[in-house]
Amino acid sequence: MKILAYLIQKEFTQIFRNKALLPMMTILPIVQLIVLSNAASNEVKNVNLVVVDKDHSEQSRLLTRKIVANERFSLVSAPYSKENAMETMQTNGADIVLEIPQNFERSFLKGERPQLQILVNAINGQQATVGVGYLNSIIGTFNKELQTRVGQPAIGKNANIQIASRNWYNPEIEYTHFMAPGILAELTALLTIILSAMNVVREREMGTIEQINVTPIKKWQFIVGKLVPFLCVGLLLLTVGLIASKLIFDIPMLGNIGIIFMYAIVNLIAVLGLGLLISNFANTQQQAIFVAFFFILIFVLMCGLFTPIDSMPKWAQYFTIPNPLAHFISVSRKVLMKGSGLADIKMEFLYTFILAILFNSLAIWSYKKQS
Amino acid sequence: MTEHAIEVTGLTKRFGDFTAVDAISFHVSKGEIFGFLGANGAGKTTAMRMLIGLSKPTEGDGFVAGYNIRTEAEQIKKGIGYMSQKFSLYNDLTVKENIRFYGGIYGLSKKQIAEKTAEILEELDLLEVAKKTVGALPLGWKQRLSFAVSMVHDPDIVFLDEPTGGVDPYVRRQFWETIYQQADAGRTIFVTTHYMDEAEYCDRVSIMVAGSIEALDTPKELKKQFASTTMDDVFLKLAR
Repeated sequence: MKILAYLIQKEFTQIFRNKALLPMMTILPIVQLIVLSNAASNEVKNVNLVVVDKDHSEQSRLLTRKIVANERFSLVSAPYSKENAMETMQTNGADIVLEIPQNFERSFLKGERPQLQILVNAINGQQATVGVGYLNSIIGTFNKELQTRVGQPAIGKNANIQIASRNWYNPEIEYTHFMAPGILAELTALLTIILSAMNVVREREMGTIEQINVTPIKKWQFIVGKLVPFLCVGLLLLTVGLIASKLIFDIPMLGNIGIIFMYAIVNLIAVLGLGLLISNFANTQQQAIFVAFFFILIFVLMCGLFTPIDSMPKWAQYFTIPNPLAHFISVSRKVLMKGSGLADIKMEFLYTFILAILFNSLAIWSYKKQS
Repeated sequence: MTEHAIEVTGLTKRFGDFTAVDAISFHVSKGEIFGFLGANGAGKTTAMRMLIGLSKPTEGDGFVAGYNIRTEAEQIKKGIGYMSQKFSLYNDLTVKENIRFYGGIYGLSKKQIAEKTAEILEELDLLEVAKKTVGALPLGWKQRLSFAVSMVHDPDIVFLDEPTGGVDPYVRRQFWETIYQQADAGRTIFVTTHYMDEAEYCDRVSIMVAGSIEALDTPKELKKQFASTTMDDVFLKLAR
């Protein structure tokens, strides 16, 4: 126990003495938190629209006006021919081309069913689907109004079901409320994995690890001596991050913050174990960073922060089980936004606990005092 | 076993097809200054790493400080000190902090650490720089501090891997004076070096060539044996 205390003391002295490390560990993540939470938005706020109006009737103009009145759409141009419209799309100037056919108004009044064409630039899949969704609902409303106005009986009589939706846990769909807890969890985990992955390798590069290896120190003491200081750093970052998120984004904190910290300890131990494991196999800091990045990329892209885990293919969903980041994000969102208690996050706890045991056992096992 | 600080027989280390150390056998008596010489790549460091428990022997057996190097490496570590070529102190820690850290992981008590620190600072005349980081010290000071730190737990045997590389003759002389002090106090010193004048300071010297020990005796006997006047000559005759 005493030996461990000396290891931890030494690590803290080094952390506090390193002028670059402390700001890197606190200020940078907060800046990232602020920037990312605002910027990494899935909302589609601006759709560039080209309308090819071949009808030039009262109704076709009314429809165009209605669409443009919506702030999400901006009318880029209104050419006469579809070719011109396609050119605009080709140069990426337009996301959606709406073509209103000739005799649109006339055939509508005749009771025929005129067809509008929507051409979508699907290079940006999200922009395309969401944009078309908006557009369809505007056209749908327009259609209904027109029918009532011209006194035509509704063509589909079943179109009378009203759907009223209410958003639970985030009633105003505040994007930052959803993103900030996730990004905070992500940053905390990433920072600790990098710090731990770099640390042991640094000792190897400096040659100090050899000096430690000729002492009778136990392997677990060495690993725990590395783990505890970085765990504290991670928890500090989490605390600062939570305060910053509350002050800046006013994120909801419905659940017990204690649960977040309790879970974070288990999670950080798991992540640190992985970092130390990487560190044991790397000979240079460069190698360690590359391997750490490999894991970080997979963890970040498959953690449910940017794309919901539920919409991944089945095999990929299984891949999120050994991803500590996915559990961390899930827990922080559940507890903060939904007020979940321990019972609601028991699976996350269980998986992370297993990961923590696994990664750290491997780290202790792979740390060789003798070659 | 007990009368010898180090005793090895047929010690061998192979890396794949390459035999770095080829069945060497020797012993080192207690309180002796044993010079472990050899050209670069002759296998000195590899042999030494096996003795201090950093590397597992492929074949052969040995005892260091009364413990088996194959099965009791961790026990050996309690009784030996090691100073590597890189004098592995933490450059970002102060002199005091380095002593405290290594004292701490050898299991010394707070009181013992405080005593040791005072003793080292005094002996090495480092009181003024006690709160400076080691990185800011001149090389010669670092080497002497590193030597002192490697003995913070009062080991019976100290292994020194090229301890005096890159410093001027005066600092080297100073360093050897401390080595003599330690040997007089009853410590066994096992030292590798490239400087032949240093070899003259040793009680006995072994010279390794391509993984084997080609000569082992007192410097005086070796010179006689190879009909040379200096150890330089002896070394050149063997290493060629």
